Amino acid sequence: MSTNRTIVTEADPIFGRLTLDSIPFEDPIIMTTFTVVAIGGLGLVGSILYFGKLKYLWEEWFTSVDHKKIGIMYVIVAMIMLFRGFSDALLMRSQQAVAVASESGAGYLPPEHYDQIFTAHGVIMIFFVAMPLIVGLMNIVVPLQIGARDVAFPFLNSLSFWLFVSGALLMNISLFVGEFAATGWLAYPPLSGIEYSPWVGVDYWLWALQISGIGTLLTGVNFVVTILRMRAPGMTLMKMPVFTWTSFCANVLIVVAFPILTVSLTLLTLDRYIGTHFFTGDMGGNQMMYVNLIWAWGHPEVYILILPAFGVFSEITATFSRKRLFGYTSLIWATICIMLMSFVVWLHHFFTMGAGANVNAFFGVATMIISIPTGVKIFNWLFTMYKGQVEFSAPMWWTVSFFLTFTIGGMTGVMLAIPAADFVLHNSLFLVAHFHNVIIGGSLFGYFAGITYWWPKATGFTLDETLGKWACGLWTVGFFMAFMPLYILGFMGMTRRLNYYDNPVWNNWLLVAGAGALIVLCAIAVQFYQMFASIRDQKSNRDWTGDPWNARTLEWATSSPPPFYNFALLPEVRDRDHWTDMKELGLAYKRPSKYQRIHMPKNTWAGIVIGGISLVLGFAMVWWIWWLAILSGVAMLGAWIIYAFQDDKDYYVEVDQIEAIEKKHFSNLGRVGESVTEDLESDAVTISV
Amino acid sequence: MSNTNQMSPNKVGNLIMGTPRVGYTGYIEKELHHDYGGDTVFGFWIYILSDCVLFATLFAVFAVLQNNFAGTIEARDLFELDYVLAETGLLLTSSFTFGLAVLSANHKSMRGLVGWLMVTFGLGAGFLYMEINEFIHFTHEGAAAWSSGAWSAFYALIGTHGLHVFAGMLWMLVLFGLLFKEGLSENNIVRLMCLSLFWHFLDIIWICVFSFVYLMGVL
Repeated sequence: MSTNRTIVTEADPIFGRLTLDSIPFEDPIIMTTFTVVAIGGLGLVGSILYFGKLKYLWEEWFTSVDHKKIGIMYVIVAMIMLFRGFSDALLMRSQQAVAVASESGAGYLPPEHYDQIFTAHGVIMIFFVAMPLIVGLMNIVVPLQIGARDVAFPFLNSLSFWLFVSGALLMNISLFVGEFAATGWLAYPPLSGIEYSPWVGVDYWLWALQISGIGTLLTGVNFVVTILRMRAPGMTLMKMPVFTWTSFCANVLIVVAFPILTVSLTLLTLDRYIGTHFFTGDMGGNQMMYVNLIWAWGHPEVYILILPAFGVFSEITATFSRKRLFGYTSLIWATICIMLMSFVVWLHHFFTMGAGANVNAFFGVATMIISIPTGVKIFNWLFTMYKGQVEFSAPMWWTVSFFLTFTIGGMTGVMLAIPAADFVLHNSLFLVAHFHNVIIGGSLFGYFAGITYWWPKATGFTLDETLGKWACGLWTVGFFMAFMPLYILGFMGMTRRLNYYDNPVWNNWLLVAGAGALIVLCAIAVQFYQMFASIRDQKSNRDWTGDPWNARTLEWATSSPPPFYNFALLPEVRDRDHWTDMKELGLAYKRPSKYQRIHMPKNTWAGIVIGGISLVLGFAMVWWIWWLAILSGVAMLGAWIIYAFQDDKDYYVEVDQIEAIEKKHFSNLGRVGESVTEDLESDAVTISV
Repeated sequence: MSNTNQMSPNKVGNLIMGTPRVGYTGYIEKELHHDYGGDTVFGFWIYILSDCVLFATLFAVFAVLQNNFAGTIEARDLFELDYVLAETGLLLTSSFTFGLAVLSANHKSMRGLVGWLMVTFGLGAGFLYMEINEFIHFTHEGAAAWSSGAWSAFYALIGTHGLHVFAGMLWMLVLFGLLFKEGLSENNIVRLMCLSLFWHFLDIIWICVFSFVYLMGVL
């Protein structure tokens, strides 16, 4: 965008660099989008006000510290961002389908716009789709799986979420006010330096990631403490459900890796704002150091994304094979190995930098070794299915599709781990195909499987099975059609991030890839329709038991959706498949004779307020509006201090309230099936579904 | 183990876990009080761990860039060890006085606690004053943050430590307010413990700074 615009280098005392000229009025694509978003946004706000729901939203959702609600909000924001990220993907696929020299010339997207699109696509999909999906699932599931009533620090959890939302909003504001980075999703200098990216694009990138990254770091601390200190009595580490284990490892990685991101972003910010020389080409800066730092965070990050997905598949495979998970211990140790080794492979992202043969050999071998524990897991799942009574429900479809897709992606990863081969494949479409293969076929399918699997737990009704299978099938076919051609194009020498090319041979494969993207579009449409239809028909999909899948772990022991306190009485665990154990012992669905009052945290305004001000801070820093930046920084600190001085942060839920809620749950249990012995007066209600 | 739901309730125990103890219901009747303060202190340790990584990254950056003066004035021509030793003395003493403050809190002595915290605050302020003075002096000598890679790394590392000290002092002010409001409440003791961890942690970081930046800088 910067080509036809005057770039303000002297900041105005009131408006900083912000002028009317900052809004891209001349770009029809952006202005149409803006109009649609503005109308949609106004419609949404208007209908909230019209139906008088603002108070409800504020009290029940925005200020909530309930981990289940925060988790649901994460997933909602992620789905909205998926919509935007996928629109970017469609723009790129259609541009490359037509931008061949002999056909239609340069396509319809000018280079500076196209560059912003591929940058935004990567940033959105990783930071604002994959991360919130997995953090959302962890929020919904982990406290339930370990028999806790909330996370260790409920206020911090709310703050994390609102910091993430602020980052996402800041990133979206860049679409309409100014520009976004045109540097690729990791913004390597010198391109991201002030000399080559003089306007606000990279600054938007920096502050959006900095703000949401700090939110993620807080999440990491929160969940490590939650998992280590809040497990139900009897649940030793090796009795934890696998999803909790993999989430734990992912959160350890967050705690250890995200500070590196914080530092890298800060140093690049300093380079751009006050002229330091960390990553500059002159005066003793070191550009390669940036690439090392960002990948020292970036590689653990991909394991942060994939490890919890492995946990999801483990839960689903065991549940739908009606068997105990095969090789639990080996699977846990494989996860821990991956967690540790994820810190010694980062250099494989830039073998071509020239670190030398020995360094490349070390990282190449380490990368090949890390594929071994991953392979172990595939066998864990396959042997869990072996001789099981496998039920091919929608979550299982995603799982099987994952086995197939992820294995191929893993194999091409091992190919890329060979430094000599990487010199040929580096920065080619082969690489693009590889990482989409593992991120879509691994992480994303895992999140979709997890959403399908835990949807009834979060909402109280199941998703439509048939539509779920259609979505999975279309995604799988669409994925293979969209990305297998990219492997071939990589071998044919096509590099990534081209907005124009003059080799007509590539065009056929790019047309196939574009058709694949359209199939994925259908898949996403089916998914949205699936959610819509399931919400519409929720009365017929209701899950009265809290255990719609005949599952094995603790989260299914409570009602769907769980009461806000999760468990009226804390579980005492003796087996790692606690819920199966309870069912086998005939102890499931028994009503306790008496309850105790429960200590719970109160909702708080502080998370949304501090998070909201951080958005102002980010915007002010992007546009050099210094007074506003200082003001909002002080306001954030002030809000935090006011919160610290606040007294009533918690309360007790009294026994009669618990009894009322539990009575309702146990009478709901009576609605299932015919083999129900229901006697609400006695304390022995036994149900077999 | 298959089709668990069809199992009759008469069957006791699964194959692996065997029969449960008598009276096992699957839930605990009497919930013990959860140690929320312990969660907070443990969480703070985890935060310190992440802060360690943050400083480790800055040390790594410094290690990479420390000789890239690119023609600007070099560290060994500027560093005055006596001055830095005095700074170090202030910070180490402040750690000691913080220890005394915690001891006072253990003896339920509000006066001792507030007094020693004030001394700690003063020592921290003295340290920051010296550090900022040094920064101004260096900048005048041609060693500003924007002069060269080596100096950028120097300011990033030491400046981040200084910012942490500043944050710790702000925290002390807030804690004064909370102590004034609630006295030696359970919450305030937890806050004091976290701040104490933070302050001693900064001391350890400073010892690394002193050794790796200043001592090795003049070698």
